[in-house]
Amino acid sequence: MTSVLAPLPVLLPLLGAAAALLVGGRHPHVQRALSALVLSAVLAVSVALLVLADAEGAVAVSLGGWPVPLGIVLVVDRLSALMLVVAATVALGVLVFAVGQGAADGDEETPISIFHPTFLVLIAGVANAFLAGDLFNLYVGFEILLTASYVLLTLGGSAARIRAGITYIVVSLLSSLIFLAAIALIYASTGTVNMAQLAGRLAALPEGTQLLLQSMLLIAFAIKAAVFPLSAWLPDSYPTAPAPVTAVFAGLLTKVGVYAIIRTQTLLFPGGGLDQVLMWAALATMLIGILGAVAQTDIRRILSFTLVSHIGYMIFGISLASEAGLAGATFYVVHHIAIQTTLFLVAGLVERQGGSTSVDRLGGLATASPLLAVLFFVPAMNLAGIPPFSGFIGKLGLLQAGIGDGGALPVAVVGAGVVASLLTLLAISRVWTRAFWRPPAQPPAADTDAAAAADAGPELGPAAVPGPADEHQPAGEKETADDDAAASSSTGTPRRVAARAAWARHTAVATAATPSTDGLGGDSEEGSASARPLPRVMLAATTAMVVVTVGLTAIAGPLYGVAERAAEDLRERNPYVGAVLGGVEDAP
Amino acid sequence: MTPTVVLPVVIGALYAAGVYLLLDRSLTRVLLGFLVLGNATNLLLLSSGGPAGLAPIVGYAEPAEMSDPLPQALILTAIVITFGIASFVLAIIYRSWRLVRQEVVGVDEEDRRVARRSGSDADEIDPDDLAPEDRSAAHADTGVGDEDVVARLERDYAGIPSDDVDLPPTRRRRR
Repeated sequence: MTSVLAPLPVLLPLLGAAAALLVGGRHPHVQRALSALVLSAVLAVSVALLVLADAEGAVAVSLGGWPVPLGIVLVVDRLSALMLVVAATVALGVLVFAVGQGAADGDEETPISIFHPTFLVLIAGVANAFLAGDLFNLYVGFEILLTASYVLLTLGGSAARIRAGITYIVVSLLSSLIFLAAIALIYASTGTVNMAQLAGRLAALPEGTQLLLQSMLLIAFAIKAAVFPLSAWLPDSYPTAPAPVTAVFAGLLTKVGVYAIIRTQTLLFPGGGLDQVLMWAALATMLIGILGAVAQTDIRRILSFTLVSHIGYMIFGISLASEAGLAGATFYVVHHIAIQTTLFLVAGLVERQGGSTSVDRLGGLATASPLLAVLFFVPAMNLAGIPPFSGFIGKLGLLQAGIGDGGALPVAVVGAGVVASLLTLLAISRVWTRAFWRPPAQPPAADTDAAAAADAGPELGPAAVPGPADEHQPAGEKETADDDAAASSSTGTPRRVAARAAWARHTAVATAATPSTDGLGGDSEEGSASARPLPRVMLAATTAMVVVTVGLTAIAGPLYGVAERAAEDLRERNPYVGAVLGGVEDAP
Repeated sequence: MTPTVVLPVVIGALYAAGVYLLLDRSLTRVLLGFLVLGNATNLLLLSSGGPAGLAPIVGYAEPAEMSDPLPQALILTAIVITFGIASFVLAIIYRSWRLVRQEVVGVDEEDRRVARRSGSDADEIDPDDLAPEDRSAAHADTGVGDEDVVARLERDYAGIPSDDVDLPPTRRRRR
């Protein structure tokens, strides 16, 4: 049964992507239905795989019927099946959100015929990385998902996205090259890339060689997982992408890196080498990430930094190298995939409702849209680890594991984890109080551009300020008008005029009675998006994701049970190795 | 069979050159650096197969004399991946170049905003001058008057949708 199902999470999205590309241009409705159908099927298959894997243990499938040391194997064990289920769930939620967004904004302006196939390819790559039974297949899975992510990140090709995309692409390329070089060295020293065989053969290598190979793999994966010294690319590149893309990136891509680190540390190099280094990295990741989040004012950037910070929790669990630590890390990965995706989706809705993602500009969202406020509040508290939610359970498990370990460094990291959690609450509650809770900055009657100009100071001449009549013009024309006004009042050097025009435009955008979204690097190219109610499909998708994150709390018991059994398998290694090699003798 | 010294030396030289190029700010050099590093890694994979032997074809050579076929298969895969990504990076470079060097692009609000951001900010994307400063798009709208750009956009590209895939080449000025 498993042998039939196991290739499907990779195969279905790839075939779906091909079909979606074929029907894309002419039948967008068919394409949407197809993508949703494919991802639903992947979700169903993943759930079945998880049930089977939890009942029967790990199963390996040789593709094409080649005998094990020769062919490519896919391995389904509890960890990979669990990852697949979560990945498919958030992918489906994000896809529905994206469909809603496309329907609301009109598909003509966005290259949606590219979005769906690329998204499906991304999911195929993620599934392949989770299922890969040998290092080279893992590399291929990474490349599939990375290439798709390059396309998604630069979707539309605007300047901000190209700029952000370049950073992301170059960093990812570097990490891929390091990974590939590590594979070459591993093959040179062991003669295999099959992970189950490697588990036996790597231990026979000299210690120095082992350390080199392990650190190369860890560096490559830590770049992808955004572990601290290698995390600077993430907050720079994620916030500019379209909301659904950022959501799925934040949820899935870094966690694929974490998954690879788990495999490296448990299956390939179980000796506990470099655990200390990882623990220091976890400490730094937690603290420095969250300090970055506290300093930001843009919701998406805040979320990106909390994402980096919370990667530290998972790395901490892995570096403990105990069953409790691994179980906590596994549960936390599951929780964090769901929660981070949901929060980025909510940030997309906030941008749509409030016209901005900067907390300096937002205000009064709680009264403007109570539902949105609830949708933000629940996952935000979950992320910060407030007790009833799964974030608390995951953090508690990790903290207990750290205390249980007893060493000085683990206890210090536990302390840092508590501080990071508290600072997460601080960063998140700043968003809450400023964007949602406080009243709109000025009462609507006084919120005119003239009043803003009066506030802005005397140096801004009245001619540089657009009149109220400009308010109902489309955003582009309005800005042109601003420039004209500024130019006509030209006194002084062109540079000074330009600065004035920019200031006037800035004031106009910041204080406009109907905030426009143009120039925010967001998805909606139309101004005054907030005049419309939030599209129902997007709301429904986000609500469903919030329900999923709350549901994680409800099923936390069984889920933690699965995570614990997965951790047990990881520590023993025999289930994985036995499933792949079976009775085959491993003669180097 | 004696191990060859040529491969390690070549690999080392390629890695050195590739890292040097990758550290450059110019995107074209970064791409070249990536290609060089990719080739270095492919050579590393090749040398991981052990000493060279005969072609691994059954009946043509004895198994003991064959060279290891697996690294070659891996290299082929890696070459294909490198090729695909290099073409994508080329497209990105071209797009980036169009956005900042040639200001006349499709009538897209985002593009127009960028076009307005001439002067200091346009350089932000210039491959030679990728500013490390990390301003979000919302706060980056300082700029100078854009009448010229808007007028040119409307004159040359009236009615062209925002996606500039099919954008006609810039017209020559008639003299």
